[in-house]
Amino acid sequence: MKPKLDVNDLSREERAPLIHLDNRDLMPLPPPLESPEKDHNWTPLSPQVQEKYECILDDTCAVNVPRPKSREEEQELVRKFLAGLDKLFSVENNWTFLEPLVLTMEHCARCQTCSESCHIFEASGRNELYRPTFRSEVLRRLYFKYVKRGGWLSAWQHGDIKLNWPLIARLIELAYRCNLCRRCAQTCPIGADNGLVAHELRKLFSQEMGIAAKELHDAGSMLQLKVGSSTGMNAEVVKDNIAFIDEDMSEKTGIEVHTPWDVEGADVLLIHNAGEILAWPENPGAFAVIFTVAGVSWTMSSELAAYDSINYGLWYDDAQFARVAVKHAEAARKLKVKKIVLGECGHAHKALSVVADRILSGDLNIPRESALTFLWELIRQDRLKLDPSRNDFPVTLHDPCNVVRLMGVVEPQRQILRRIAPRFREMEPHGVNNYCCGGGSGFAIMSGNNFPDWRFHVSGRKKLQQILNAFADCLDPSIPKYLCAPCSNCKGQFRDLLAYYDLWDKHRILYGGLVELIVNAMVDVKPGFIEWEWR
Amino acid sequence: MTAALYLLIYACALVFLAGCVARALSYARMPLHLRWELYPVPHEEPERVPHGGSYFEEPEWWAKPLHFNLLGELKVMIPEMLFLKALWEFNRPLWFRSFAFHFGLYLLIATAVLLAIAAMVCWLAPASAAVLAALHSLYKVTGLLGAVLALAGAAALLVRRVRDRTLRIYTAPGDLMNLAWFIAALGLLLAAHLTRTAPAPSTLELVRGLLSFDTGLELSTLQVAAVILSALLVAYIPWTHMSHFIGKYFTYHSVRWDDLPAAKARQLQRKIAQYLSYRPTWSAAHVMADGRRSWAEIAMLNPARQEVKK
Repeated sequence: MKPKLDVNDLSREERAPLIHLDNRDLMPLPPPLESPEKDHNWTPLSPQVQEKYECILDDTCAVNVPRPKSREEEQELVRKFLAGLDKLFSVENNWTFLEPLVLTMEHCARCQTCSESCHIFEASGRNELYRPTFRSEVLRRLYFKYVKRGGWLSAWQHGDIKLNWPLIARLIELAYRCNLCRRCAQTCPIGADNGLVAHELRKLFSQEMGIAAKELHDAGSMLQLKVGSSTGMNAEVVKDNIAFIDEDMSEKTGIEVHTPWDVEGADVLLIHNAGEILAWPENPGAFAVIFTVAGVSWTMSSELAAYDSINYGLWYDDAQFARVAVKHAEAARKLKVKKIVLGECGHAHKALSVVADRILSGDLNIPRESALTFLWELIRQDRLKLDPSRNDFPVTLHDPCNVVRLMGVVEPQRQILRRIAPRFREMEPHGVNNYCCGGGSGFAIMSGNNFPDWRFHVSGRKKLQQILNAFADCLDPSIPKYLCAPCSNCKGQFRDLLAYYDLWDKHRILYGGLVELIVNAMVDVKPGFIEWEWR
Repeated sequence: MTAALYLLIYACALVFLAGCVARALSYARMPLHLRWELYPVPHEEPERVPHGGSYFEEPEWWAKPLHFNLLGELKVMIPEMLFLKALWEFNRPLWFRSFAFHFGLYLLIATAVLLAIAAMVCWLAPASAAVLAALHSLYKVTGLLGAVLALAGAAALLVRRVRDRTLRIYTAPGDLMNLAWFIAALGLLLAAHLTRTAPAPSTLELVRGLLSFDTGLELSTLQVAAVILSALLVAYIPWTHMSHFIGKYFTYHSVRWDDLPAAKARQLQRKIAQYLSYRPTWSAAHVMADGRRSWAEIAMLNPARQEVKK
């Protein structure tokens, strides 16, 4: 039985989660996963974690905020929160997103149109806690009460809420129950943006209170700024790994590849998500094969952070975001390349091409291009000989939100697939109306406590439904199927999600990038580039 | 009494205008934010709009001229403004109520304009009986239809907001009062119009009186109440979230569709240079904002390779 939740419940003093999700409450899945009884049980949070951290929102805990030891400590945290709230609405501290935030605060009509578009809300069985307006309504009431200094008249006009530490602790967690896919914003008749609210809340907690998911901050942007990559690889290690990949690719494809490093004056600086190098080496390898065969003048950079396109600051912290974006641009400027080409990483696309555009001033504003656009141009110019019959298996395409809805790169990847994959079929809906993979905004790399359970059961559920529907006519395990996901983060989510539901073992659904499919179709390459093996 | 009523109407109209201008200026004067557009962006090239594509689909887009497809914007804006297309598409049950309410208000605004024109015609060309008759027929229809639609829409919205828990728990008392105020004002306007008997002035006579400050008119009690309630409502709107007709311009044009690249806009670069000189005061240690460093300086610091003060 779902409790009837109200925004004021966020202030509840008792140290207990507000909701509990049961598999039977969740959105039904199509065959073969239609039975909630056969679905996995959730791993409960350990008593130690519940004792040590503020896990009082729902069944999981993403941020691990330590429980304050005293009332005084709680009050100090509330004071810090209020200071951050003021800064969030000040020009000097938040010029970067002030206008869209204020517009969202002041003009949401609370018509709930956005709710129907949110995959998390729908997948949770329409649980009130995950309604896109829920956290926004909390922030809106706090905005009118504490930022606009509204009195009783304002409370009467906009609604009131009690501010205390439990509310803040829950709001920290709730900021990490949104994929920031902004599908809700796309449907808002007024143009309010509830995805932005989650983003801005994360910023407040990080930039003022120093609270963020450790995978994004300590093991993410900080590690990238320290050693060069959130994978922990420094420049020497990454060069070694790429050399190994080159060797492997040369042997596998019959094309001699040698990734160039730090070539001044090259046309293209290619930046991969460095996670690819470790988890899916065939992806950077395929890029190297394509660029070699097409005769592209290209290079990679061994400068700090410039061999890893990730920019986790995009999801939680403007300062960290700007620092990494500047490092990427500085590397390109140093090498005097004509353009940066972003590999298959959705958030890196949006971070460097779109959001960083206005902070890369002067000669740091090096042109940036999506690899999808660049690859389609190579194919359109017939610089690669392709045999689509080599990809004669069902293929569907996952659209990374950051590439389509948030950047407008929709057709190049489809043009490529129409050219190389004769059994390509779309998911519904797709393109700018796509659904997030469920790993967006950092969730794919967040695996603390039982957070993956939430990620598979709730945030990834809608995409799982789409995948099963796309392959509904060929679920037979004798037919290998390819889920094409040109985004490292999305692939991370699919790796975990498909494994969780045994969809490789039982139905032969494999996931991978776009370049692997291209190389698999290249006539100049030995057949069988795609290995139908789980990884 | 009539003079006081006229003064109230003029004062409320001024407050409305001042409120709208103040709100619009407050948004227009906000600093340019980082890009946060959402696709489809309708001023893109016509062949890209249907699939929601952007200039990023174009190889080396920076070396090519950017086109602004005004027709594409109008194709989205006009159906959205007139017919609330997004609500039709994504929230059909609410659309029936909301469309009735909003379209009714549009008709009432049109009625006010037609009445003002008719009043001017009466002064400037009193012999134009045919024109006046046509205007009379027109504003009678728009006025009645507008009031009925807006009233029905407001009532339906209020009922939904009270009865549907999904809306109710996000509803403040002020929201209910806003709708109730509309219902009361529109109901009184309709009642005053339908029950009017001499010597109470017709709506056109009232508008002529207002424009010429003719204090000789004798308004009925219902008319006085309707005018007072309506005038105050108009003055109140810009100070509430009901002014979303202003906010919506900015959410669409300044956020959702703002895809202007820095490389193509020098003026934009000058503004950004100014913003980068702002000195933030965020307290978390890794930000390294001490109130003296600018955003530009902070972006060049590396907290992972420097001693961070705890």
